[in-house]
Amino acid sequence: MEDQSAGRRGNLLPQVLWFFFIAACVKLLLVPSYHSTDFEVHRHWLALSHSLPVSDWYLDETSPWTLDYPPFFAYFERFLSIFAHLIDPEIVDIQNGLNYKANSVIYFQRISVILSDLWLLFGVYRLSKKLEVKRRDLMWVLIIWSPGLVIVDHLHFQYNGFLLGWLLLSISFLQEGRDLMGGFVFAVLLCFKHLFAVAAPVYFVYLLRHYCWKGMVRGFSRLSVMGALVVAVFAAAYGPFVYHGQIQQVLRRMFPFGRGLCHGYWAPNFWVFYILLDKELAFFLRKVGFNIQVPSASFTGGLVGDSSPFAVLPQITPVTTFIMVLLALSPCLIKAWRNPIPGMIARWIAYAYTCGFLFGWHVHEKASLHFVIPLAIVAVQSLEDARHYFVLSIVSCYSLFPLLYEAQEYPIKVLLLLLHCALMWIGFSAQYAEDAVARATATATAPAPAPAKKKVAQSKLKAAASDEGGFVIGWIGKIYLFGLLVVEIWGQFLHPYLLGDKLPFVPLMLMSIYCSLGIMYSWIWQLRWIIKPT
Amino acid sequence: MGKKKEEKVMDDKVDVDRDDGASWWLVQKGIGASFICIALFALLVRVAVSLHPYSGAGNPPKFGDYEAQRHWMEITLNLPVTEWYRNSTTNDLSYWGLDYPPLTAYQSYVHGLFLRFFDPESVSLFTSRGYESYLGKLLMRWTVLSSDALIFFPAVLYFVCVYYTSHNSSRRNDIVWHISMLLLNPCLILIDHGHFQYNCISLGLTVGAIAAVLSQKDLVASFLFTLALNHKQMSAYFAPAFFSHLLGKCLRCKSPLLEVIKLGLVVIGTFAVVWWPYLHSADDFFGVLSRLAPFERGLYEDYVANFWCTTSILIKWKRLFTVQSLKLVSFTATVLTCLPSVVQQVLAPSGKGFLYGLMNSSFSFYLFSFQVHEKSILLPLLPASLLALEEPRPFRWLTHHALFSMFPLLCRDKLILPYMAMYALFTLLYLTPGGRSRLKKTDHSSSIASIMISFLYLCSSILHIVYLTIRPPEKFPYLFEAMIMLMCFPQFALCAFYSNAKQWLLSKHSTVDKEKKLI
Repeated sequence: MEDQSAGRRGNLLPQVLWFFFIAACVKLLLVPSYHSTDFEVHRHWLALSHSLPVSDWYLDETSPWTLDYPPFFAYFERFLSIFAHLIDPEIVDIQNGLNYKANSVIYFQRISVILSDLWLLFGVYRLSKKLEVKRRDLMWVLIIWSPGLVIVDHLHFQYNGFLLGWLLLSISFLQEGRDLMGGFVFAVLLCFKHLFAVAAPVYFVYLLRHYCWKGMVRGFSRLSVMGALVVAVFAAAYGPFVYHGQIQQVLRRMFPFGRGLCHGYWAPNFWVFYILLDKELAFFLRKVGFNIQVPSASFTGGLVGDSSPFAVLPQITPVTTFIMVLLALSPCLIKAWRNPIPGMIARWIAYAYTCGFLFGWHVHEKASLHFVIPLAIVAVQSLEDARHYFVLSIVSCYSLFPLLYEAQEYPIKVLLLLLHCALMWIGFSAQYAEDAVARATATATAPAPAPAKKKVAQSKLKAAASDEGGFVIGWIGKIYLFGLLVVEIWGQFLHPYLLGDKLPFVPLMLMSIYCSLGIMYSWIWQLRWIIKPT
Repeated sequence: MGKKKEEKVMDDKVDVDRDDGASWWLVQKGIGASFICIALFALLVRVAVSLHPYSGAGNPPKFGDYEAQRHWMEITLNLPVTEWYRNSTTNDLSYWGLDYPPLTAYQSYVHGLFLRFFDPESVSLFTSRGYESYLGKLLMRWTVLSSDALIFFPAVLYFVCVYYTSHNSSRRNDIVWHISMLLLNPCLILIDHGHFQYNCISLGLTVGAIAAVLSQKDLVASFLFTLALNHKQMSAYFAPAFFSHLLGKCLRCKSPLLEVIKLGLVVIGTFAVVWWPYLHSADDFFGVLSRLAPFERGLYEDYVANFWCTTSILIKWKRLFTVQSLKLVSFTATVLTCLPSVVQQVLAPSGKGFLYGLMNSSFSFYLFSFQVHEKSILLPLLPASLLALEEPRPFRWLTHHALFSMFPLLCRDKLILPYMAMYALFTLLYLTPGGRSRLKKTDHSSSIASIMISFLYLCSSILHIVYLTIRPPEKFPYLFEAMIMLMCFPQFALCAFYSNAKQWLLSKHSTVDKEKKLI
């Protein structure tokens, strides 16, 4: 036993790889499952980056799926396309490869996602290195086996695991106090996917205060080093496009504001309530006798044009959402300015992404991963965090369900969520039962009992610990989660059975509304934790 | 334990159960919670495997086992019970005629109802032949999945509960490890959810029967085993073990005859209930019976790694002997090789001996009986997986070769990817960090043996690659299949010999305390 546990301490890598490979096996099995159009998007980017010169990357219009990620991601696709070309040249053929459906491309792209998850693994590994064994294992379960990531990356198809790997890496550097590296990695991440920029204010304030605010001379030199580093990263990314004079075009591609406030399926955020209020007001006012124009653009249709989709309430512009996000962020920024502690950074970043998700423009439901994954870092820290995380990650995973709408994937997503619940439940209970015992032990000031009585004393302590509260979800949480089940049963079974084809948008709308309640709760909870005096 | 001491010095009571290892959190809440977790994971894996093609997908005119099962649903759903096994204008027995016992037919009927509810076209008479669709595949897959979840999983839970009430000393980590070995057996998952069959039902019933035997509920056991036998006649591979163990137990009772009669009545009663529709006329009865014994299919099929097929490289059995004499020879060989384990169990019935006996009898059937299929290796593998904690290394060895022996079959079904993934998953679970304490204890094999083992692993991995990449010479189109068979047969024979020896040593070692120790 002795040597075994020593092995578990000393040699982390095989263990974390064990978690990774278990997940990888399941992901491999999922290769033939449904994938969304994002699959073709990424295939086209492979072809585009392989067959066109850099100057044409952001100009190409061969496919409707134009390149709309920042340059580093395009470079990443260029790197992948080298291997794709070796495996099957057709994959990277810009004309003939369109909508290519052969096994080679499916295997190649799926396996590329599975392998790119190694970067996520690296991030998690760095974060968890210093933790005690059990919290570490728990964190691995929460992140490496995250059902949300499996749904979005390995079924729906995207590279979020890879991108979140950069984020976790950055957080791990910040937590260690290596601010320069943290900032650098975050800058790199921004050049991979600009949607992560929501946390940039937090980074800015934190780094300015924690890294640069060290007196006049030293502070200024640090500021210039950091600035130079960030500029260098951005230069490496955007340099070629500046050189070709295309920076406007690149930005236009990256920020398509024409897309409207909400995505096809409403991401469960604040705007759901706004839309709902608008509809209700319009309905009510019409009843009262006002002449309210029914907006031509429908929210359920997905594409929202330029005309105001709101009947009563004022139009929302990107600037409005931007200001709202900043407003929501401000408490966190003030806190970060006043007291920049590395221990809080994961929380702040997660909070920033929560704000971005709730109030942002054209938010995808997938973006909830941006805060659920970092929150796993804090979930293993305290009991309250664990309770909050339990509810939040279930809601977030559930809100991803509409991504997989085909019958074949139905059992997969349900089982993924159930397995995640079971693992969290068991893991948190185990962890916090022990913590409670440890706490009770610590508070017991009585001298050490005689050996014979130890066992009795131990069981007493345990009882005391369980009184103090292990991992339990309060009744509100229980009712809420039960409601989730009701919403799902209604949407999947009762609605089609009772109403048939009438009101086809209701199940999705219910899901959005119900999930956004959960996310709002999480936002308020996080906000409370942040403004709490430390 | 070192780590624990560092973590919290006061908590030195730490029981053996709460040990370190990657699965520490799995075991905290008790076996039930761990079982639910592993079961959910096992279900997920099964669903994922079921995304892949089934046997005979898009391969007219005969298709494969998937079409056979679907066709049985079509037949049972649309024809009266007595017509199911009878050749007629509406039931062409040459096209996947029903050749499993009535319980399979009833199961097909129930599943057929399910299919008809959602997709009537998939089971309509005649017109549905070769029916393949997205929904049809999905529904069929779900029938297997639900059978697995409703029969095999509870049976495993029952077994684990029974098996470990006697092993109070075993660590919870071991139990969790064992559950994962049972529920995530790659061979069973690939055949049932990939290739498409319902082995989970008959094997589940068998596991239930075994658990009942171990918990001294002999009547329940014989009821469940009779059901298994009536679902797939292949379950008869286990019959000698059940027979000998139960007989041995009866002989040790106060009134052996009464006990035997009770068991006999249960068995006959169950048979009578299952066969009821066919008992009204001798014609029907023998008609069904003749369907169950497919002697026309020959001594062996494809390249199965059993005695007859392997030795046929040297001795052309099929050419030298008539079917009649081959039947007799194979029957004699099977009975003779069963005999030692049967005798042992009659003389000294014990729980552990019974498990070894199951392995031995199923092995002698697999190696020596008439008409054996590659997939039959699932049967010896079942008791081996029940004994996984006692015999981890032979279990791994056997699983490796069982999978390997089915490799050509699974290749034909285009299941290479799930094959690799399931093999990797099995190996990872087997090697779960801290998942099992016994590995260390049993790790005393000599260096020569371990070199030999590594060499064989290497050979089989090379053969995998060769099989996939190189075309066999024109003259010997089945060269690689034969090589795989030649590699697997000695291992199976070795395993059979080993478990026979183990069973006999068992009665030598512990003649005294066997009764209280082993249930």
